Amino acid sequence: MAARGSARSSSSSRSGAGSTARGVARGGKAKVAIEQLPWNRVRPAPVVLITGPEELLAGRAARAIRSQLAELDPALETSELEADKYAPGELLTLASPSLFAEPRFIRVSGVEKCTDDFLAEMLEYLDSPADDTVVVLRHAGGQRGKKLLDAIRAASGTAIEIVCAELKKDSDRYDFAMAEFKSAQRSVTPGAVRGIVSAFTGELAELAAACQQLIADSEGEITERTVERYYSGRVETNAFKVADAAIAGHRGEALGLLRHALATGADPVPLVAAFAAKVRTMAKLSGAYGPPGQLASRFGLAPWQVDRARRDLQGWSDEGLARVIQLLAETDAAVKGAAYDPEFALERLVTVIAARGR
Amino acid sequence: MTAWSELAGQDAAIATIRQAAAAASAGEHGMTHAWLITGPPGSGRSNLAYAFATELLSIDADETGRDAVRQQVEAGSHPDLTVLKTENVIIKIDDVRRILTSSQFSPSVARYRVMIVEDADRMTERTSNVLLKALEEPPPRTVWILCAPSEADLLPTIRSRVRVVRLTTPSVEEVARLLEHRDGVDAERALRSAREAQSHIGMARRLATSDDARQRRSETIELALGIRSVSDAVLAAARLLELAKEDGTAITEERDAEERDQLLRSLGIEPGGAVPTALRSQLRALEEDQKRRATRSLRDGIDRILVDLQSLFRDVLLLQLGVDTRLVNEAIRDRLVGAAEQTDAAHSLGVLDAIALARRRIEGNVAALLALEAMLTAVLPSQAHPASGRGIAAP
Repeated sequence: MAARGSARSSSSSRSGAGSTARGVARGGKAKVAIEQLPWNRVRPAPVVLITGPEELLAGRAARAIRSQLAELDPALETSELEADKYAPGELLTLASPSLFAEPRFIRVSGVEKCTDDFLAEMLEYLDSPADDTVVVLRHAGGQRGKKLLDAIRAASGTAIEIVCAELKKDSDRYDFAMAEFKSAQRSVTPGAVRGIVSAFTGELAELAAACQQLIADSEGEITERTVERYYSGRVETNAFKVADAAIAGHRGEALGLLRHALATGADPVPLVAAFAAKVRTMAKLSGAYGPPGQLASRFGLAPWQVDRARRDLQGWSDEGLARVIQLLAETDAAVKGAAYDPEFALERLVTVIAARGR
Repeated sequence: MTAWSELAGQDAAIATIRQAAAAASAGEHGMTHAWLITGPPGSGRSNLAYAFATELLSIDADETGRDAVRQQVEAGSHPDLTVLKTENVIIKIDDVRRILTSSQFSPSVARYRVMIVEDADRMTERTSNVLLKALEEPPPRTVWILCAPSEADLLPTIRSRVRVVRLTTPSVEEVARLLEHRDGVDAERALRSAREAQSHIGMARRLATSDDARQRRSETIELALGIRSVSDAVLAAARLLELAKEDGTAITEERDAEERDQLLRSLGIEPGGAVPTALRSQLRALEEDQKRRATRSLRDGIDRILVDLQSLFRDVLLLQLGVDTRLVNEAIRDRLVGAAEQTDAAHSLGVLDAIALARRRIEGNVAALLALEAMLTAVLPSQAHPASGRGIAAP
């Protein structure tokens, strides 16, 4: 197939995240006889297996293959299959040659939950793949269909595998964001990329969306200033940061963080639970003396928790702790429907804790 | 031994019900189609309901027939008896709908079809409304028997459709006598258990027959008496929750495993064999049910602990006020006198309020540990009053 050669050369323009790609390829298992590619260097093959937990990248890889094929022949026939609801014969029907010999693209989702019928027919198909047909299999992980995976990984010449590993490390996410800007042919300063990666620490899709928004909305080079204009004031906070600020007596800061947490969708109930967990540790250690290691084993805590709680306890009295514990129970009831305004109840809690229960 | 002998000190209620059953048997006036049995927990509401059902189902039966009926009712396998009860926090509306259908059938072997709803107070308003029509005009030979702690637990529309039989709290001596006769507990232990369980028959029986239960109760009391600092209070709360868990699992654990084995057997899976995907949902449904039951049994466990603590501080309060009466915790009177001297009546009242508040909060889904911690900090000498006075009204 002449199509493949050109597809390979076109994919080289998207090789921004080179270091990620190498990392993934190294992680491959020894018994794999087929080519393993990163998500951004895909090319069509009769059977393409997409593995790994990162759904965003898997979706992109499948879309990239499809657009490469569509570029070669706009008459491409696209069909979708769900392996978990597979009925016998479907694959054969979709893959059998048509009168005008249009190329076909068959995307199979949910191979990790596939039916036995699918397993049997796909194994058969692997021995004699149809001409001009690309079958893309999405396997999100797990043991189901392992026989099929092994068979595909042994079928050199027919199949390739695309590994979409989770991007956990900050450096991987940095590379990912950098590649986003590169592939849109926009110049960006390293500081800007660092800024955006640290502002979006959750889902990869969120980071990708933020990059796309910057690409779409700004002109010229993207710098730290651009990132700040769009995402400044966005504070990644969590329940424990709020609790830390309040316990340290920083009333204003704690109230600000609380507002940020609530505004970005934090639920009041786990917020109260975080406060309770911290105050509980402090209460256990209040009035206890001895080396941290001993206290830790006595109360079932980690040594760092002991150190932390002892530092937190500065300026607190037993009466203050008792009052805060009672208020915590009251606030917990309030955020679970006993009071009209859960946010007010939380603010009052923060105020009392910042005053150390006085 | 008859079905009535399980009840202690409920002569008036038994007389009412026997009269109705006799009237039903003779075909005279005096029988009613819907009943509500109320009474404090542990007074034998459901036992009375079953005794009544046995009586109704064995009309027309001879002596051996009566015996058979009693066994069937005990085993829950009588064809004309339907029981709705729950081991979860509430009764599900679907369950009620299901038994409504069966309430329309004619009895198959007995003269009456009997529908028992234990824990009628565990129905939400919507669920209760489903019952209204059936309660008002059941088919001529269907009898409904509902059980609840008090009339106030049910909707007025339900109350007006049923005839109420009230059970009273049996006296300590009556419960003790029952324990002696039925379970063969020696007199002294029976009396002490009955007193410590505050006449709750089931609780008294557990205290009398299980060393672990007794041990857990005395540890609860010790913990509450030993609180001197916030640190003590927090640690004691964690331990109390553990005790409640132990108490709960002691009841449910064995049954959980047994039910699982039974389900696997009825699905045709060998012990230790893999469960096919298609059957996993059934196993999951069972596990979810068991989890709900564990939630309920933990809550019940905490409730029992709160009752014990309430009895403790009630005793302390009585001593402080100089009331000369039998204490619930008579066995540790000396320690209670010591505790009473250290605080005053206002403090004890504050603690009792805090216990009541904790109970309300746990009902409102407040984290149990947190509610217990707040309660126990109120036991500290300097904390006479719970913090309900601050800002918004206490829930």
